[in-house]
Amino acid sequence: MDAVAAPDTREVVLRVRDVSVSFGAKCILEHLDLDVYRSEILGFVGPSGSGKSVLLRAVLGLVAKQSGSVEVFGQRYDGASVAEQIAIERRWGVLFQHGALFSSLTVRQNIQVPMREYLDLPQSLMDELAMVKIGMVGLSPDAADKYPSELSGGMIKRASLARALSLDPEIVFLDEPTSGLDPIGAGEFDDLIAGLKETLGLTVFMVTHDLDSLFSVCDRVAVLGDRKVLVAGPIETMLTFDHPWVKAYFRGERAQRRAI
Amino acid sequence: MAEQILDSQRSSGTIRMERSGEAVRLVVDGPWTIADGRRLEERVKASVGAAGAAKSAVIALGEVDRLDTAGAWLLTRLGRDLAAKGIAVEFAEVDEGHKILLDAAREAVDGSYRPRQSQGTLIGYVDRLGANMIQIGEDFVRGVIFLGAAVTSLGTWVSRPWAGRWISVVHQMDRTGVQAIPIIALMSLLIGATICQQSIFQLRQFGADALAVDLVAILVLREIGVLLTAIMVAGRSGSAFTAEIGSMKMREEVDAMRVIGLEPVEVLVLPRVVALIVTLPLLTFVSDIAGLFGAGLVSWSYAGMPPATFIERVREAIGLNTYLVGLIKAPAMALIIGLISTVEGLAVKGSAESLGIHTTAAVVKSIFMVIVVDGLFAIFFASIGY
Repeated sequence: MDAVAAPDTREVVLRVRDVSVSFGAKCILEHLDLDVYRSEILGFVGPSGSGKSVLLRAVLGLVAKQSGSVEVFGQRYDGASVAEQIAIERRWGVLFQHGALFSSLTVRQNIQVPMREYLDLPQSLMDELAMVKIGMVGLSPDAADKYPSELSGGMIKRASLARALSLDPEIVFLDEPTSGLDPIGAGEFDDLIAGLKETLGLTVFMVTHDLDSLFSVCDRVAVLGDRKVLVAGPIETMLTFDHPWVKAYFRGERAQRRAI
Repeated sequence: MAEQILDSQRSSGTIRMERSGEAVRLVVDGPWTIADGRRLEERVKASVGAAGAAKSAVIALGEVDRLDTAGAWLLTRLGRDLAAKGIAVEFAEVDEGHKILLDAAREAVDGSYRPRQSQGTLIGYVDRLGANMIQIGEDFVRGVIFLGAAVTSLGTWVSRPWAGRWISVVHQMDRTGVQAIPIIALMSLLIGATICQQSIFQLRQFGADALAVDLVAILVLREIGVLLTAIMVAGRSGSAFTAEIGSMKMREEVDAMRVIGLEPVEVLVLPRVVALIVTLPLLTFVSDIAGLFGAGLVSWSYAGMPPATFIERVREAIGLNTYLVGLIKAPAMALIIGLISTVEGLAVKGSAESLGIHTTAAVVKSIFMVIVVDGLFAIFFASIGY
């Protein structure tokens, strides 16, 4: 964490402090600290099985922590009352790795689930808003009445993003948003995320393996290794950081080819 | 509760209308966010109505303090609805962030979308009825095709026994047979006891309570034993077959099998059907014995008939054919349950709802067909006097 270029005075949207998670005797995360600032795209990388998704799930309250705290928008999430938790949940959106769209609902209904749950809106307005979201994530209007099983992998990611954006959240968590997409589709998805960040002022926490995403859209990168965050900072920091995995990842043959 | 939190956080946005001759100026202020969607939409509608016969309108966004996509969409719609009334619309005092949002909302919707209309009640009803009839026909054809494929695969197992999937068959026999013994024995014991008790009470009025044993023995061996067992197996194993195969279908595992060169009918269906055909008669035997045992207990306690007498009377009341009538039906019912539930499993589509629909259908169809076939057997045995 020492390599951050300038001391940051920006608002911290997500503050993870001293988080430890273990499954049985196996320790996955140990005293992990991480900050995510407002209106930035943070790329979160690390070797497979290093616990990236576990951290994401711990932040979202889906996995129990042994210690530590998670603050979202300056509020403790764990230990908050149910009403406060709902208020926080309404301000975040999550894109799961495999989409996690509700399979018995159409895309339009999937997008309307959070609206229906939290707000009292007329059906006609919800239909219109769902169509706005569908358009924003680059799906064609006729995808609205399709069921998830009728969609391609890329369309599922987009539909799932539309659901995550349903209530105009302030922060979105993306778990490997471009995995399983072709490089062009992945590039479009990255542009989409960057565009949404511009338009909506979104803060994005993105777990990814995609070097292209890291180089093209991420403002900062955090590397998970040895059960904690090894380094966090802009991509230039990664290129000079001295750790075998970080070196191999950012300065390996694949990354070099990317740089050219 | 969630709504209260949201409402208390903010006051909602408004539209102020300033007229000057044929021009109106709509000053939009406050937060325009999704939380207030309903009220904001009403204000948009009211403003469109109030604009009346104006020739031109300026929508001023200078006083908007928060805007999200929902707000942007509503303002876009305000502009569009005014324009549709022949009013020249212009947005003013739009700052950079708001402009991006308005553009995004405008681009996102081309207005061509209409939600799917559901059909009128009567036409919809006839439509569904027809679709159901076609479905039943297709089900039957599918079942026959399936039976053919299963028999063909069975042929290869018989001609080349070393290539049969016997481990799989034994595994399924354990799950559908051995593990079902306790529940089937218990259930049959209770039913046998109940029927015997009722028979004793009713026949006692005619002084014929000793005949209750004949009644129970024949009923249990010919009908109740096999029918209860088949219904229990349909609910227990049939639903499991559909759910297992269905979830494999959902996750493309069945497709993976085909690609590797494994025939799903041979790998998934046949072991289950063969296992059922073997175990259902065995379970029927368990059910028969447990039913008679229950009847014996009740005869003893209610009618004071010692076990030795009970056994003696049972021996007089039934012949080998009584027992065989029940047993002969078991493999046929096993075939029906096995085929229906595996066909339904392979018919599952991608959604969780579809899995539920097909699992329900498998159990309902299996039990229905078991009862129908039992009736046909009863007619058949009566006509040949067996």
